Amino acid sequence: MSLDPVLAVEDLWVELGPLDLLRGVSLSVAAGQVAGLVGESGAGKSMIGRSILGLLPTGARVSQGSIRFRGRELVGLPIRAHRDLLGRGMTLIPQDPMTSLNPVHRIGRHMLDVLRLRMGLDRTTARTRALALLDEVHIRDPEAVLMRYPHELSGGMRQRVLIAMAFACEPALIVADEPTTALDVTVQRQILRLIKELQVHHGTAILFVTHDLGVVAKICDTVTVLHSGRVLEQGPVADALGAPQHAYTQALLAATPRYDRPADTLHPVPAPLTEALRVEATALRRGG
Amino acid sequence: MPIGFLVNRLVLAIPTLFGVSVVVFVLLRVVPGDPIAMMIPPGAGQEDIDRLRVLYGLDRSIPEQYGIWLGQALTGDFGTSISLRSDVLGLVLQRLPATLELAALALLIAGALATGLAVLGTASRGRWPEAVVDGVTGTVQAIPDFVWGLLFILALGVLMPVLPISGRFDPRIEIDFATGFYLIESLARFDLDTAAMLLRHAILPAVALALPLTAVLARLLKSSLSEAMTQDYVQVAKVRGFGPGRLIVREAMRNALIPTVALSSVQVTFLIGGTVLVERIFSYPGIGNMAIGAVINRDLPLIQGLVLTFAVLFIAINLVADLTYAALNPRVRRG
Ligand SMILES: Nc1ncnc2c1ncn2[C@@H]1O[C@H](COP(=O)(O)OP(=O)(O)OP(=O)(O)O)[C@@H](O)[C@H]1O
Ligand SMILES: [Mg+2]
Repeated sequence: MSLDPVLAVEDLWVELGPLDLLRGVSLSVAAGQVAGLVGESGAGKSMIGRSILGLLPTGARVSQGSIRFRGRELVGLPIRAHRDLLGRGMTLIPQDPMTSLNPVHRIGRHMLDVLRLRMGLDRTTARTRALALLDEVHIRDPEAVLMRYPHELSGGMRQRVLIAMAFACEPALIVADEPTTALDVTVQRQILRLIKELQVHHGTAILFVTHDLGVVAKICDTVTVLHSGRVLEQGPVADALGAPQHAYTQALLAATPRYDRPADTLHPVPAPLTEALRVEATALRRGG
Repeated sequence: MPIGFLVNRLVLAIPTLFGVSVVVFVLLRVVPGDPIAMMIPPGAGQEDIDRLRVLYGLDRSIPEQYGIWLGQALTGDFGTSISLRSDVLGLVLQRLPATLELAALALLIAGALATGLAVLGTASRGRWPEAVVDGVTGTVQAIPDFVWGLLFILALGVLMPVLPISGRFDPRIEIDFATGFYLIESLARFDLDTAAMLLRHAILPAVALALPLTAVLARLLKSSLSEAMTQDYVQVAKVRGFGPGRLIVREAMRNALIPTVALSSVQVTFLIGGTVLVERIFSYPGIGNMAIGAVINRDLPLIQGLVLTFAVLFIAINLVADLTYAALNPRVRRG
């Protein structure tokens, strides 16, 4: 790729006490692309997102490696400087829309705060922009929604609001951490389509975390398969899913439902395989 | 909701007040101690005593006495104080503003200090200021209000006399007020000299009352704030680039106040109860101080009137706490 990637993670190790949560992860997200990040629960997907956003849980720290955002090194960056990147540089679409909006604030307050305080818009401009954003995420009657409290909206509606807020600051990178897992299946599909639509329209780079290869096939350009904190397979979606190199990816594919394959022919990922991979990962040691 | 809610609560208050009046009435008459004995001069004959007993209705049975008292109370007549020889309702209403001003000042101080401490403790999570906040609140909570009062009198009234330690105002100054709320009235008239003089008198008892409450509120609020700071919505606000001060004040605070308010109404009633001893210590002319005098003199009508007044205050505090809770919490407001 000739263009510099928006995000380049190289040989990232994250430790929590004696535990290595990430073991030499490398991945990159090119401008305007959607990079998928898949793996089973506990693989470390969210930990990668948190490292990028500077939100590692207390006690966890980057022990080695580099995270470059638009060419700027984030590892070792002072907290304040990292915070200045949040919102306008990079942001998050959270997993659970039910808990991600402040229950005591109206939707309008949520959106206007972002637009006024982070984008520096005045009240009237911010309001116009908020209405346009709600319209963009296909919310009918945006005026009324601005007056609503979060508990008065459905999960799908709340996720639309959160998506609108993520795009509000025109960030270069969005980390979407399983943005549909908390939603009904029918709503999941609409939200996926919506994220893709806005991503294309705004030309935003997205790191899309999921455990569903079907979703990856639908909306991602590249994919990284993660297990026990290390990368097993990586590349353009067509290659990685069309001709997977790693036995684990093949097993994941065999476990993924598809429209042309009845559910009863699915095979779960064999336990001995994941166990062997776990043992292999624990043996990995940090290099210099 | 508010109107129906208010009516509901007022209706519920009736049996509560009725129960309180029965219990106090009966208790006062079965415990030993004769109010007449307290008021007669030495050497008075049994005849005089009997005449007084009839005069105050103490010769009748307890249910009969209660019936008479209740009948009069319902018309607004709470009897005549035995020791002060004056209308109970009038006496209480004359003293109540002093106590309300003192309690309000104490509440204001406690609320402000507690908020400051809780925010400081939350903002400095895991660093030394948090340990200081925890240590200070733990210590302060262990010392009751009247002990603070005695300490203040000793330190600031006797050893280093910088503040008045007795009364509500300087008796050398002539003041004329339309209401009993001297402090509020002088502030409303922008009579700042008088307000400052009143504040100098009220500040020590108010702080003594406020300190234990400050500690409890600070701990409640701090733990609610810390809890709120871990919520997803705060994390999401953080990812929008908002700084730590904003996260605490704008995102977490109101959510943290909801459980704090729910749990603190009991603590505020303790503060009202605390006025009894603290007003006494500072010779502050409120209903708490009056209550001690009434008990010492076995002044039954006055004690009854004062206990009912405290009961009304407690009911009012709980009502205000519930209304505040509803106002803070949009999920209750419409639900
Ligand atoms: N706050 C935390 N404290 C300690 N360990 C944690 C914490 N969060 C995650 N971990 C551990 O870090 C590892 C990676 O967790 P992570 O949340 O990144 O997994 P994930 O791939 O996002 O899984 P999921 O699909 O369930 O979200 C797991 O082993 C988990 O137990
Ligand atoms: Mg996760």
